[in-house]
Amino acid sequence: MDRRDFLTAASSSRKKVVPFSPYQGARVLSGILPYAGAWTATEVLHLLRRTMFGATKADVDFFVGMSMNQAVDYLLNVPAAAPAPPVKTYNNSPTPGDPDAAIPLGSTWVNINTTDGGIEGQRRQNFKNWWFGLMLNQERNIREKLVIFWHNHFATETQEIARGIWCYQNNAVIRKNVLGNFKAFVKDISLDTGMLRYLNGYLNTKAAPDENYARELLELFTVGKGMDNASAPFTEPDVLAAARVLTGWQVNGTTNTATFTLNRHDITNKQFSSFFSNTQITGRNTTTAGDLELNDLLTMIFNTNEVSLNICRKLYRFFVYYEIDAATEANVIEPLAVIFRSNNYELKPVISALFKSEHFFDVLNQGCVIKTPLDGIVGMCREFKVQFPVATDYTGNYFMWQYLQGIANNQQMNIGDPPNVAGWAVYYQRPQFHEIWINSDTLPKRNQFTDTMGAAGYTRSGKNIKIDHTLFASSMPDPGNPNALVSDSIKYLLTLPLTQASRDQIKKDILLSGQTTDAYWTTAWNTFISTPGNMANTTIVKTRLASLYQYLMRLAEYQLS
Amino acid sequence: MKRKEFLRNTVAGAILPTVINGFSLKSFAAGSPLAKLLGTTGTDNDHVLVIIQLQGGNDGLNMVIPIDTYSNYFNARSNVAIAEPKILRLSGNDKTGLHPAMTGLQAMYNEGKLGVVQSVGYPQPDFSHFRATDIWMSASDSNQVLVNGWGGRYLDYEYPNFPTGYPSTSMPDPLGIQIGSVTSLVFQGPSVSMGMSISNPTSFYNLISGVEDPAPNTLAGKELKYIRQVAKQTSQYADVVKDAALNVTAQNPYPTPNPLADQLKIVARLVKGGLKTKIYMVSYGGFDTHSLQTTTTDTSTGTHANLLKNVSDAIKAFQDDLKFLGVEERVMGLTFSEFGRRIKSNSSTGTDHGAAAPLFIFGSNAKQMVHGTNPAIPAVVTVSDNIPMQYDFRSVYASMLQDWLCVKNTDLQQIMLKNFQNIPLVKASACNPSVPNTGGTTLIDNYPNPFDRGTTIRFTTAGGHTLVQVMNTLGQVITTPIDREYPTAGTYTVFWDSRQLSTGVYYARFQNGAVQHVRTMMKVGQ
Repeated sequence: MDRRDFLTAASSSRKKVVPFSPYQGARVLSGILPYAGAWTATEVLHLLRRTMFGATKADVDFFVGMSMNQAVDYLLNVPAAAPAPPVKTYNNSPTPGDPDAAIPLGSTWVNINTTDGGIEGQRRQNFKNWWFGLMLNQERNIREKLVIFWHNHFATETQEIARGIWCYQNNAVIRKNVLGNFKAFVKDISLDTGMLRYLNGYLNTKAAPDENYARELLELFTVGKGMDNASAPFTEPDVLAAARVLTGWQVNGTTNTATFTLNRHDITNKQFSSFFSNTQITGRNTTTAGDLELNDLLTMIFNTNEVSLNICRKLYRFFVYYEIDAATEANVIEPLAVIFRSNNYELKPVISALFKSEHFFDVLNQGCVIKTPLDGIVGMCREFKVQFPVATDYTGNYFMWQYLQGIANNQQMNIGDPPNVAGWAVYYQRPQFHEIWINSDTLPKRNQFTDTMGAAGYTRSGKNIKIDHTLFASSMPDPGNPNALVSDSIKYLLTLPLTQASRDQIKKDILLSGQTTDAYWTTAWNTFISTPGNMANTTIVKTRLASLYQYLMRLAEYQLS
Repeated sequence: MKRKEFLRNTVAGAILPTVINGFSLKSFAAGSPLAKLLGTTGTDNDHVLVIIQLQGGNDGLNMVIPIDTYSNYFNARSNVAIAEPKILRLSGNDKTGLHPAMTGLQAMYNEGKLGVVQSVGYPQPDFSHFRATDIWMSASDSNQVLVNGWGGRYLDYEYPNFPTGYPSTSMPDPLGIQIGSVTSLVFQGPSVSMGMSISNPTSFYNLISGVEDPAPNTLAGKELKYIRQVAKQTSQYADVVKDAALNVTAQNPYPTPNPLADQLKIVARLVKGGLKTKIYMVSYGGFDTHSLQTTTTDTSTGTHANLLKNVSDAIKAFQDDLKFLGVEERVMGLTFSEFGRRIKSNSSTGTDHGAAAPLFIFGSNAKQMVHGTNPAIPAVVTVSDNIPMQYDFRSVYASMLQDWLCVKNTDLQQIMLKNFQNIPLVKASACNPSVPNTGGTTLIDNYPNPFDRGTTIRFTTAGGHTLVQVMNTLGQVITTPIDREYPTAGTYTVFWDSRQLSTGVYYARFQNGAVQHVRTMMKVGQ
């Protein structure tokens, strides 16, 4: 009798412990061998939904003509150039003498300090708007998805960082490193102004080491806490020793750079535990001590296998599925970790191997990720080609981006301000993981948003954003055929095909208004194309399409990616 | 069939609709004469528990301050220590006081509506926010990963098979409610989450229903089922929550801006509005005070003072509102944070992650007392010294389950997974007779002390299960010399061989039923 049986037997019959019933469906046993199966719209959609935000039919057409290898390579070819920085859209501070006042509207603020707390607040919001705009205007590559991945991994909060320039710099460090060398990335982030501020690195001195950054460096950013996320292999003294290595760094508020001050640095030797092979980092007494000892620390950390395993698990949980069972650990995580280590922690080979694997394209791994609020919001805007103000109208665009950023916040994904340094709970909290996104508060909000965008949309300063359903329908291969229109719309919007009975029901109830004659729809659509000025007919088409797409986006299937 | 179950199945289900003409019981105040007459509420189980989570690791030592060992307290953290004259005094207790910002809770203590539990923690404390929070929410051992929460296990015990068959006639309301948008691990039951999240009880958005294809037997199908289930639950409970909220048209004032008060105001409204929901959870963040915990000029002001003021003001306003609404007798609450902070402050006017910390039990049924003694603070404190645990946090949960939510002692272990000592947190009248107060009696000591190679620990048990643990200053249990049943009361000794251990301070923790004491021991060179 095991312990649970014992407990159950000892109790009254009414109050029984209901056994946990794990997933009992088909298991995914495939590994990281290159995928060699079919390459159709289905597989392209799967790849695009996971590596970008949403997928349009034009995107699918673009990639379906390539091979799978070419498509993944294309998506992983991220431009080296940083995007243009955010521009000022806010009003000047009433405080006299603030240097911010010299910045004209439409010019960037990221190189000029402000002395006004209110302006800092404006800048932080402006930064988030800009970031949201980059996601909406993403090109056909993985960059924006990886920026979110790394923002979740190296989580910081703009509320804590406070200074807008440092928030921007933190984001720029992430953008620079999304597909670079992970070890170099960790070094950059360790000396990032935003991170130094966020995890108190700037307060870490020999007199009173502040363990905040050192702890998260080990616990979250590199080594992690093992497969169960609860058994840290390093020790408490390791945390303290790492904190001592990192003493002496500060942020220069004038130049907005990290600086090292020797007399704040602990120059004694730092001893680590057997997990780190009893490494001793030699304390140094020179102006380059901080840099050299940080290098030593990273070398020591990256000599453990745990770093590669931890990062591969996080990539997996973000891009494939949250559950890592023993088979996945052995067939996917461990081989990926080997690739990661043998390529000296370059990110591109390991991420490329993941997306080209038969495991990634395994039919059992398709459609099983619950969309993040960003997938939902940015993806919907892209799928429906929601029209924003012209690019030169930066004020109008920033307003729209701010609205959408606020919607994502309401749905519990406030970019720039994740809940805490561990990032969003959906990526680590057992047993629900991604399911945490969906609850009785957020699901209605998701529905409410898609409903709103399909109806009145959002209007500010005379500009409006909303879904034009006819644009989407027009992009389908055969919109005049109601059967094809329903099937194709489902194919591009949902990850699971509905049954024929459901499709017929939807077609009949919505497109045919309860009738059975397909030609009714065909006539209406053809009239709409030939005579859009026929307002009665155009209204017929538009209201039915609005109902169709509202209905599809209200289905639980729409929340999957 | 048990009486409670009989009432659930018959009174609410069969009699009510005909007797009161279609109005559901929830339309009536829980304490109304009609409701009491009908017997479905006002029985042994109309109690409500409110859990307040203080996120980030609250500095308990500046919240509940030792007056009798003030000089050691001050020496350990002079840059953040509260000046002695500013400490708020508690009626009938000259040893322990509250942070000066907590006038509301001081008043509640003095009115007999607040209890303080000293040094609550667990063996082998974890210093990571995320792991420690999980431990508190799941009520697991430090080295054990539980995937469900203690609240979820309780609700699963009380309402088996949820969500199948719910809402039901006897339980038409959500079992647990979290104010906010994310349901926490606390409510996670053995298979599904037992709680629902609401951020605004009057503005639910109703889902439409339509055709539903069978979910495939794949991972995608698993997630699809989950989303559909949430969709159904949302629409099922939306109306009852909204109706309950709309039943209440006047409330006592709450302080504003105060994020915690905003949440507690909703809770009071839903309780008064007639929801039978057993557990409410609210949370308030910002307690991770690594730096600038206080202002440098006046340590009674600053970030932590503001946080504590909001906590104190919110709970006081909540209590006053419950009284105003006439449901004061039905509600108790407890606070918790994932850990306390280090005894010694750091030089950035802050405190780093620590171990045990005090928590509050509040409500008109809370016992007015400080459970346990002030934490022992060494005269010379090192940076890694932590407050040793006096009470396991699971004892607090177990006591509230048994003495407030009236879970039978024989069933407690199902929920808590182990046997934990009972602490007399609740007035005896609520469910259970009281436990004798042993404050002031020495139940454990050791000789010689200081010692080198070993020491004899002497303890006095009243009989029954008795535990003696030795902990180091990190709060870690090093050894458990005694963990056994004694058939009779008596004084016993056990020798502890300490040759393998380094010199320094150790604690012997004694636990016997509801009673516990901690003895400080000093090992010197051998």
